[in-house]
Amino acid sequence: MKAEIEVLQPGLYTSIQDLGRYGFQKFGVPQSGVMDRYAMRICNLILGNPQEKSVMEITMQGPQLKFNSPTSVCISGADLSPKLNGQAVSNNEIINLKKNDIIEFGKRKSGFRSYLGISGGFETEKVMESLSWYEGLTDQFRLEKGMKLACSADSFSNSETYSSLKIDSEYISSNAIGVYPGPEFEFLTNTQKNQLFNADFNTDEKSNRMAVQVKEELQNDLQPIITAPVMPGTVQLTPSGKIIILMRDCQTTGGYPRILQLSEYGIQVLSQKLPGDKIKFLKKNYPEF
Amino acid sequence: MMVDFPKITPLGDRAILINFEKIIDEKMLEKVLFYKNLIENSQFKQKVEVVNTYNSLLISYVFAIEDVYSEVLRIKQLVRQANIPKNMNYKIFTLPVCYNEEFGLDLKLISEDKNLKIDEIIKLHTKPFYRIYFTGFLPGFLYLGGLDERLKISRKESPRRSVDKGSVGIGENQTGIYPKNSPGGWQILGKCPVDLFRKNERPPSPFSAGDKIKFEAVSITEYQEIIELIEAGEYKLKVDNYES
Repeated sequence: MKAEIEVLQPGLYTSIQDLGRYGFQKFGVPQSGVMDRYAMRICNLILGNPQEKSVMEITMQGPQLKFNSPTSVCISGADLSPKLNGQAVSNNEIINLKKNDIIEFGKRKSGFRSYLGISGGFETEKVMESLSWYEGLTDQFRLEKGMKLACSADSFSNSETYSSLKIDSEYISSNAIGVYPGPEFEFLTNTQKNQLFNADFNTDEKSNRMAVQVKEELQNDLQPIITAPVMPGTVQLTPSGKIIILMRDCQTTGGYPRILQLSEYGIQVLSQKLPGDKIKFLKKNYPEF
Repeated sequence: MMVDFPKITPLGDRAILINFEKIIDEKMLEKVLFYKNLIENSQFKQKVEVVNTYNSLLISYVFAIEDVYSEVLRIKQLVRQANIPKNMNYKIFTLPVCYNEEFGLDLKLISEDKNLKIDEIIKLHTKPFYRIYFTGFLPGFLYLGGLDERLKISRKESPRRSVDKGSVGIGENQTGIYPKNSPGGWQILGKCPVDLFRKNERPPSPFSAGDKIKFEAVSITEYQEIIELIEAGEYKLKVDNYES
């Protein structure tokens, strides 16, 4: 029998993601991939998987999943009160499952995105060398009730796991987003620069895997630029003063000034922020050339 | 302020950006593509991808660059040494477009606005060899240069909620084809039956930056015939190879 997970409840926004899609940006294909790379790596390390095996990305409200064969899973990132057959289980630990076991989630305790890794990884649709779901490119883009997800049948693959791994959970509650100056940073006024690094900002409800929008606006008279490359972590400033932080599913090119660029760690921290959460931009500098 | 071009800087901790002068023309594109090729063929310690736009190149790495300082210096060195060759090979693709009124939702509007007969619009739109500058915005969406000035028209004030896949449109001084159903504000002239992006093909799109596109007007009957050929897997895109 094929190893499968049955989706009893899909949760708020759940998808399968790996590191993302590379080599296809020249065709206009977004990178995609897990928002929080650290949590993905932790899941896989604990399970003894290769670090980049696909995981399930869970947003704020977790799904209810039924496993049709014995396997092991590990949950990392946000703490969404995971349960095995109704009994509380912990993040960052191996959870051994029997046939017909049910994993579900409860109250959100910390963070925004949780990751469920499975021994051997998922074996869902591969498009352009990646398992990352993206609307319009993969057949599925979010979990739906009744869906069956193929996963690896070789359970308990590795006894050499990193169960004693030291895990950093502090980033989940951090508000400091590390940023480098972007290509058009130099065209900002001093007032704008001061505002960017001293003011508090709040993330907006309109945020998703494509971009995190900021509620506060920045007085702006910078004009659009000639269409230029953008990537996850690029912070754009629109003519009306909106700050848009591009995330993993962003387009490959854009026409708004790119005022900042998040560090990878900055993206990781931002991935765990809820809509409405406070953030601060923390300036990082490139080496002097 | 004096700036030496190209300007080579890190972008965050897993990319390097190369910016050339703010110029949109074919000469600049040839220069950008020359460096793109040069960089793609150099040795990298990890997987990278180089994409171009009108006047910039982005080298994106999968993971954070270990030693940004040395890597930027290496790229600078590479770019300094190089010479621009005079020849560039490219392909010319002929794409069928049906400028029937059923598909050309805004033909009447363009005709009134520009004081051109519909026949003249079609003539002006099918005449140029459009240069592909790059693909962006959506998978398979080509940024084309070379639209006749007389066809320049503003985008719709409120975009359509859904524009059909294959629709050929004009927005300001750009013309292009929607590779899939999507919201859009361009003025629509017609429809192209050919799939611009096929996720299961390698490569997923036959077009590269630097290639050229020529539109060929087809009747609704020919359009239907092409659709049937595509469905039967028997359609062949018309391609010619050139050396400039």
